[in-house]
Amino acid sequence: MSNPLLEVRDLDIRFRVDRNLPPFRAVNGISFDIPADSTVALVGESGSGKSVSAMSILGLLPENAIVAPESRVLYRPAGEGAGRDLLRAGAADMQAIRGKDISVIFQEPMTSLNPVFTVGEQIAEVLRLHMGLGLRQAQARAEALLHEVGIPDPKLRVNSYPHEMSGGQQQRVMIAMAIACEPKLLIADEPTTALDVTIQKQILDLIAALQQRHRMSVLFITHDLGVVGDIADRVVVMQDGEIREQGSVDAIFREPRHPYTKALLACRPRLDRRPRRLPVIDDFLKGEARVELGERPRGTSPEDEIILEVRNLDKTFFLKEGLFRKRAVPAVKGVSFRLPKGKTLGLVGESGSGKTTVGLTVMRLHEATGGEVLFEGRDLLALSDREMMAYRRRIQIIFQNPYASLNPRFTIGQILLEPMRIHGIGKDDRERVDMVLQLLRRVGLPDASFHKYPHEFSGGQRQRIAIARCLTMKPDVLICDESVSALDVSVQAQVLNLLQDLQDEYGLSYIFISHDLAVVKYISDRVMVMNEGRVVEMADSDEIYRHPQQEYTRRLLASIPQGLQRAKEME
Amino acid sequence: MSAILGSPAPAATQESPGLWLLAWRRLRHDRVGMVSLVIVVFFLILMIASYAGLIASDWNKEKGVSYANPSFLAGAENLEAKSMEERRHAAKTPPVDLSDVDPLAPRYKEWRERAAKIAVTQVKRSETLPFGGDKWGRDVLKKTIKGSEVSIFVGLASALLATLIGTVLGAMAGYWGGKVNDFLEWFYNIFTSIPYILLILAFAAVATSTGKFGKGIVPIVLVLSLTGWTGIYRLIRAEYIKHSNREYVKAAQAIGASHGSRMFHHILPNVSHVALVQLSQYTVGFIKAEVILSFLGFGVPVDMVSWGTMLAEAQNELVIGKWWQLVAAGASMAVLVTAFSLLTDSLRDALDPKLK
Repeated sequence: MSNPLLEVRDLDIRFRVDRNLPPFRAVNGISFDIPADSTVALVGESGSGKSVSAMSILGLLPENAIVAPESRVLYRPAGEGAGRDLLRAGAADMQAIRGKDISVIFQEPMTSLNPVFTVGEQIAEVLRLHMGLGLRQAQARAEALLHEVGIPDPKLRVNSYPHEMSGGQQQRVMIAMAIACEPKLLIADEPTTALDVTIQKQILDLIAALQQRHRMSVLFITHDLGVVGDIADRVVVMQDGEIREQGSVDAIFREPRHPYTKALLACRPRLDRRPRRLPVIDDFLKGEARVELGERPRGTSPEDEIILEVRNLDKTFFLKEGLFRKRAVPAVKGVSFRLPKGKTLGLVGESGSGKTTVGLTVMRLHEATGGEVLFEGRDLLALSDREMMAYRRRIQIIFQNPYASLNPRFTIGQILLEPMRIHGIGKDDRERVDMVLQLLRRVGLPDASFHKYPHEFSGGQRQRIAIARCLTMKPDVLICDESVSALDVSVQAQVLNLLQDLQDEYGLSYIFISHDLAVVKYISDRVMVMNEGRVVEMADSDEIYRHPQQEYTRRLLASIPQGLQRAKEME
Repeated sequence: MSAILGSPAPAATQESPGLWLLAWRRLRHDRVGMVSLVIVVFFLILMIASYAGLIASDWNKEKGVSYANPSFLAGAENLEAKSMEERRHAAKTPPVDLSDVDPLAPRYKEWRERAAKIAVTQVKRSETLPFGGDKWGRDVLKKTIKGSEVSIFVGLASALLATLIGTVLGAMAGYWGGKVNDFLEWFYNIFTSIPYILLILAFAAVATSTGKFGKGIVPIVLVLSLTGWTGIYRLIRAEYIKHSNREYVKAAQAIGASHGSRMFHHILPNVSHVALVQLSQYTVGFIKAEVILSFLGFGVPVDMVSWGTMLAEAQNELVIGKWWQLVAAGASMAVLVTAFSLLTDSLRDALDPKLK
């Protein structure tokens, strides 16, 4: 272990953004090692510079990047004494190293694979380029690789096109391509972020197994400390282009020294406890590390007043096939549930389970195929569009992607005033502006936001704006469709706290849709597990996590990354 | 929060720049774009000034001799003017005396006296004009300025109209989809299956022969825009299909915004840059189209002048070596069209910096 495989020294990367501005400093003189035959996790939130650092190893930085002269990335495979500085290697050298010595897996397997070639051809191409194999040999090796990454029936699947495979299988193919030439270093850039929990678990296991079998090194880039605990030997925590802390995985989880690391560990909701508020990064940076606020009771009782009841909801999509035929694709099948007033109903399931469709159909953003949605005793699905208007404002939705759900051409003021104008809330615009400013302050944004455009805000701030937009209409029911999934953990904690506060303050009822089981457990009174359009299991949230009745639920719970659990157990 | 998100700038109380202001700032740094913009604005000012009658209002006056030389070619021989002059002198020689047989002879004196009371001023026609003269001795420079009025107006007006038609139809097809989309797609396909030039000529023939489309340049504006909306229709339709599935439109539906509001209040500002770039491209295309139509005789009526009619006249003049009308009209059109095209490119870059 004396000679690390890769040494990163004083890496400093800036980006030229605008002629009139000084270059933006993305990575600020960081140094770390990747030892041979081990996994190093590079952890940080968006904008921390983790991906940029990894891309500089591969020489894949965009053209406007400036690498400071003192930066070094020394690559020193066993047997080569001196090592090479990858930052100064020529284009041809890098071409030879990329894919052969150092290979990479990206976040989105769908866009990383070429849709017009079969997966076999794509794997074979790598082999023929770097290993000089013949066509027949390469095909045979591709089959063996697909078998190795756990794709069933590799003889058949080698001729499949990417779109014929699921997201998890595509990521396996990407991994097969990456390990095809027996690389010394595998860079995995958020390889599981786009996948469901169960698939994520399988991919993590696969990467860990391959690392041990091939005795290669892995640089694992992620924003999720939980994932890291399962897989890494060493952890490097980055924030704002600087390394906050690095050490062995045990040291980081057991005795985090830097407040930022402590905060990252603490602000994820956990399965075993439910504090009144989640700690946020600021608490730690200010040094108030101990915020004990007691447990929040969650759960429902039969006496709860029911605000929304859904009975046998059906939704079928029709896909056009050919000129006249249509194919029915059922998305939601006979879903029934009750939402008690002032409580939260969590909706969990993997992608394609129909949980988002339930949310949109309840709001009539999709037309239901059958069933009833009773809101205070009236069936919303039977109302005409005009009658629905009165109820529209009382059920609102917050979407997943705060970057897409705000109109980029409207100022925040326009965005927040519009619903009030439509529903005639407030006497005149003066009064409405006052209400908007109050709401902005309530969700923690400065008054100056009123005249700004959405692109001037970060993801968390935009999600606050989306929440404020719903609050303008004083809704009774709020549907949160993966509303915190796209946010960094620390920001996620802030938004979750805000949602809890608003529920306490206004008595809102939430339908909280998420694939993140820990978050759902934290915020929900009752949890409904969905799979393939049906309700698998529904129970109070503590109950369902402690005593899952169904096999599917058990499988979901088992795939939650264990890293965090480990950290908690040590406290 | 401020530690991660960065506290907002303290002096941010003033309004933030919107899309158009940002685009303008980027455009101002684009040298080619700015030069093109200045040229285009110059032509627009010319056009407006000539429309208001401030300049070139006397383009129709026959100021010079026939085919007067340009000032910078003052010495060149002008055979046409000479022959005209000779003919006029020939006409002035007194006719044969017929007074003995003419019954009206006694009245001649009275008539002459009456005629003498009416002042007839013989304008001295000048030998040269700034950029030469045409067959009737009209100033080619003034004709070019007056011609820009028609050419640019036709280009702009028909581009605006075509963009309007294309945007509204495209928005409807893209937003509603289904039956509306099917119908409009059929309509579009029929339209585009006919060769473009033939379609224009057919429309123009109907418009000029029946006169139902009005007089002057109105029919030509209608012909161009009714045949030209198809390109922008497709683009806007594609944009609307893309945008109507975006979450911000769903969010607008969730707050109860009506269909019209979603189509034109929410989505339109997000696709307007596409329309603007198309508008600019169309203007270039239609200026050229007007020239072609006028050249072929389907364009503006004879009592008006456009660059197209000037080019048509220049056809016959070239044979006798009078090139200035051709150069004046051709060069103005080339300069304007080039500037407009470059401006379009810069505009596209300024509005969508990611493309660069």
